[in-house]
Amino acid sequence: MISAFFIFNQKGEVLISRLYRTDFKRSIADVFRIQVVSNPDVRSPLITLGSTSFFHVRVNNLYVVAVTKTNANAALVFEFCYRFINICKSYFGKMDEESIKNNFVVVYELVDEINDFGYPQNSEIDTLKTYITTESVVSATQAPEVSSRITAQATGATSWRRSGDDVKYKKNEAFVDVVEVVNWMGSAKGTTLRADVDGHIQMRAYLSGTPECKFGLNDKLVIDRGAVGTSGPSSGLADRGGGDAVELDDCQFHQCVRLNDFDADRSISFIPPDGEFELMRYRATSNIKLPLKVIPTVTEIGTTKVSYDITLKTTFSPKLSATNVVVRIPTPLNTTDVDVGILGTGKAKYVPAENVIVWKIARLQGGQECSLSAMAQLTSTTTRQVWARPPIDVDFQVLMFTASGLIVRFLKVFEKSNYHSIKWVRYLTKANGGYQVRF
Amino acid sequence: MSQPGQDAKFFQRGKIEEFRAELLAAETKDKKFVKRKTVLKKIVANITMGMDMSPLFPDVVQCLGTPLLEIKKMVYLFLVSYGRSKPDQIHLVIPNFLQDCNDRNPLIRALAIRTMSYIPIPVVTEALSDNLRHALKDRDPYVRKTAAICVAKLYSADPRKAERGGFVELLRDLMLDSNATVVANAVAALSEIGDRQDGVIFKLNLATANKLLAAIPESSEWGQIYILDSLLRYVPERHTDAEMMAERIIVQLQHGNSAVILTTIKALLYLMNYMENRQLIDYICKKMGPPLVTLLSSGPEVQYVALRNILLIIQRRPTVLKNDVRVFFCKYNDPIYIKLAKLEIMYRLARAENAKEVLAELQEYASEVDLDFVRKAVRSIGRLAIKVEAAADDCIQALLDLIETKVTYVVQEAVIVIKDIFRRYPGKYEGIIPNLCENLDALDEPEAKASMVWILGQYANIIDNADELLDDLCYTFLEESTEVQLALLTAVVKLFVYKSKVDKAKELVHKVLKWTTEEADNPDLRDRGFMYWRMLAINPTVAGEIVLSEKPPITTDSDRMDRGALDQLLLHTGTLGSIYHKNPETFIRNAAGKALKDSPALNAHSRAVLIPLARTQLPSMGPIVVAGPGPTEPQAQSSPVAPLPPAKTDVDTSALPTQSSQLISPTQDDVANDQDETEEDDEPPHSRQASNLDPYSNLDNAFGGYLADEPRPMASRQHDDDDDLLF
Repeated sequence: MISAFFIFNQKGEVLISRLYRTDFKRSIADVFRIQVVSNPDVRSPLITLGSTSFFHVRVNNLYVVAVTKTNANAALVFEFCYRFINICKSYFGKMDEESIKNNFVVVYELVDEINDFGYPQNSEIDTLKTYITTESVVSATQAPEVSSRITAQATGATSWRRSGDDVKYKKNEAFVDVVEVVNWMGSAKGTTLRADVDGHIQMRAYLSGTPECKFGLNDKLVIDRGAVGTSGPSSGLADRGGGDAVELDDCQFHQCVRLNDFDADRSISFIPPDGEFELMRYRATSNIKLPLKVIPTVTEIGTTKVSYDITLKTTFSPKLSATNVVVRIPTPLNTTDVDVGILGTGKAKYVPAENVIVWKIARLQGGQECSLSAMAQLTSTTTRQVWARPPIDVDFQVLMFTASGLIVRFLKVFEKSNYHSIKWVRYLTKANGGYQVRF
Repeated sequence: MSQPGQDAKFFQRGKIEEFRAELLAAETKDKKFVKRKTVLKKIVANITMGMDMSPLFPDVVQCLGTPLLEIKKMVYLFLVSYGRSKPDQIHLVIPNFLQDCNDRNPLIRALAIRTMSYIPIPVVTEALSDNLRHALKDRDPYVRKTAAICVAKLYSADPRKAERGGFVELLRDLMLDSNATVVANAVAALSEIGDRQDGVIFKLNLATANKLLAAIPESSEWGQIYILDSLLRYVPERHTDAEMMAERIIVQLQHGNSAVILTTIKALLYLMNYMENRQLIDYICKKMGPPLVTLLSSGPEVQYVALRNILLIIQRRPTVLKNDVRVFFCKYNDPIYIKLAKLEIMYRLARAENAKEVLAELQEYASEVDLDFVRKAVRSIGRLAIKVEAAADDCIQALLDLIETKVTYVVQEAVIVIKDIFRRYPGKYEGIIPNLCENLDALDEPEAKASMVWILGQYANIIDNADELLDDLCYTFLEESTEVQLALLTAVVKLFVYKSKVDKAKELVHKVLKWTTEEADNPDLRDRGFMYWRMLAINPTVAGEIVLSEKPPITTDSDRMDRGALDQLLLHTGTLGSIYHKNPETFIRNAAGKALKDSPALNAHSRAVLIPLARTQLPSMGPIVVAGPGPTEPQAQSSPVAPLPPAKTDVDTSALPTQSSQLISPTQDDVANDQDETEEDDEPPHSRQASNLDPYSNLDNAFGGYLADEPRPMASRQHDDDDDLLF
């Protein structure tokens, strides 16, 4: 298990150092600094020297580092680092050198609470916030009853939520955000090499008491359902969603969702944490609706010029629009200058430092089309290195659109006081560095 | 939070005397203890920066009287940092600890035992023992779950004392606690103890395993991991036991935490060794695929862990992800370690049906920037040609196109793989030799050069100017690396065998033999030179038959791990060992090895290839200095059984009161026919011919070279003492 936990800044200075075990001294931090922080060519998030292994996750120029001398569960260690980062973000609003230094005493309290002897312990933010705070607590005044409630929650079956009476809202509301990151790799010929959707369902629940929620989607799970074991898996598809049902390849849920219920009848039932959390993640690969089409024509004219003709087309309804469209078109490393012309909307310019033409379009209506043409001038070079032709990358957002076709069918909230609750659903599809076309 | 912290200013180096004075000043007129808090923060910041604050011990301890939790926690942090080094002063705080152990507030009680157990020196553990015993039965679950981990700490400080104190039994009882968090921590502590070479053996019987499973839905995600992990300590005696257990845990594959998923997969893979129901096995394989793919949407670090594990899983269970090669195509901005891991999986999943797609991707990668990645992409094209015969033509064409680019490292890599392709498909592609010969000058790496030389020698009969080319290459003979020299030596002998009438060949072979026997320093080279010389002198015809004998065919078998090793490695799914594809005991000192345990339910094939666990120590390495009071090296015990101290409590859970005996004598089940075979044996086993007359056979191991580039722990090559970092 984890023996030591550190946070380093970019210079390799230690911001937090917690040794959970006696098999290391603090000077082990120097080894990490030499091996990773000051090494310009780190090619793994994990290095092992002798029996000692260093795991690191980078965030905003910080290194979150766990060290171990055992055959640790690597997935657990990295998940723990991720969780720690999330907790910091939730506590301090952000995770960077400044916020860690400004709150280092709380950070120490946290690393002591969420990990004991290298074993991750309760790390539910909502619960942690009930007893680890940035305010001073006078120990004598804290009533044992209050503490007992905290401990019951920290170790209980719903450790992610404070007990019923502690959560009160005037207006009971729940916001559901379906966020889909669509990945696409198009070939130079215009065919799709791969297209898939990573979906996240974020929920912000501001609901009083202990609400019991039921959540429904228009999914049809392609994973075979049916009796397991002696009777063998049945081959039928559980098509519950009707004609417009979407196929999800896989889905994964927040700790609060009852997996046994899901396994039994595909129902998603849970008692939500208070506030924001990620309810589920899913993946879809069939019938992906690509919101944007990119048609590139790139020609190398001799060795001195490259001409570009890039057309963007939206495929969704005219009522919707794509915003913050950014197209990054790579140019050869020996480009001296680029002439860019645009047909339609947006602004484009050549960014020499990154060797790309950046084309920004603030808003592109559904059904619209626009194009860019450019000519890059090249200097002659002595090296024979061919141009690697990195793919063209497109980033964008489309509100109220899901590339998978997923729709939230219902969200029911049951609470013993029987209050009325308001639910909001939003959909967003975006590309996040994974919407690319080769040319 | 109410107000953001403003403590960055405390990250300034301070002097001990100053802090001491400030603490003293804070004893008076310290409203709301602001002054004390400030000094303590400065001290903690200095500890963080690596300054030695231990001289302040008596002064800091004084602050324990302050009724402020924040201050208490800082002082405790100080104690955890320096308590061990102050055995003569620690008694000052013991009364405070004891008081806290009996506080009405459960959080304080837990804090006290947690802190005490972090200071593993006799004075403290002595004081802790009684309180810990109470804490393990505390009415508050939070205290109990903290106490469970404290036992692990106590055990690591002094195993025998913890055993004498009866703590292991107390821990065992906690596994039946009503609170799932307590159960999970007890399991974690017992597992840690059980993994120690000198620890109590921890195994589960069916009834306890089932009890633990029942705690999973109420456990935190981490607790679920500890419990799922412990299932490998249960050895199913009947197929149905394994099958039912698998059905119960399979829902955890839907969990959002990647470590829960991978640990579930580990448990499933383990249980599958004891199953009989073919349908269920297929079903589980099918269910494992999607969550594994989903892990590729996590952060890059978790993706990496997943990919390295997938590589193992698909070798053992080829139906998993069989049709999913596309998800492993590299994204342009994937970190390099992910790209390299994906490349390997793409190769594994390549078959005749998807070879075209895979090849197109590989060609794409061959034009990327990262040198290492490009080389491996090129090499993968060659491996693909060798693996999938139907794709060989296209692969060769792709390689020729790449050679056209004249990028030196691409050309060299291509030459290396083409040599293997020639051997895999004799008489089919020799026509491309002229294309290769054009690039002779580009080759500057030994492996590539040696490959080219091999080609020239082997096919000297069809290369008209082979003599000239080899002569050119021999100009620098004495400066070449041994690998190339050996290659050249054999090549000129082959040339001579083919063209013994040609003067140039005669001259050349004479020249090279003279060099190798008279001027070479390398004994291998010299010996081989003498050997050829005598062979040629005694009977040139027989020499020719030997040198140009038929070579054993190349297959892709050699890069496949054998089943027994895989079975063993998969017991470490998700851990460091699974990333390096090494059993942990081979690279981590004192790590616990694992092996499948035989039982009537174990399928026959798994049993046949089972690699029993030898409790070997790492290669002995003289005196070992272990920093701190860490675990002591067990005396070298050569017996294969676990080194058990004589009066050892065996936490076999059958001793637990709640369950009836579960050992059902195996009846008809014990004839375990292994239907697994069909699934994993998609290639027939190939016994390697030992009689390799071709002196180049050792150079043919292009795959071996490839695998050697895999991520691996940086082993101590020169000095064994480096094995552990002593800091």
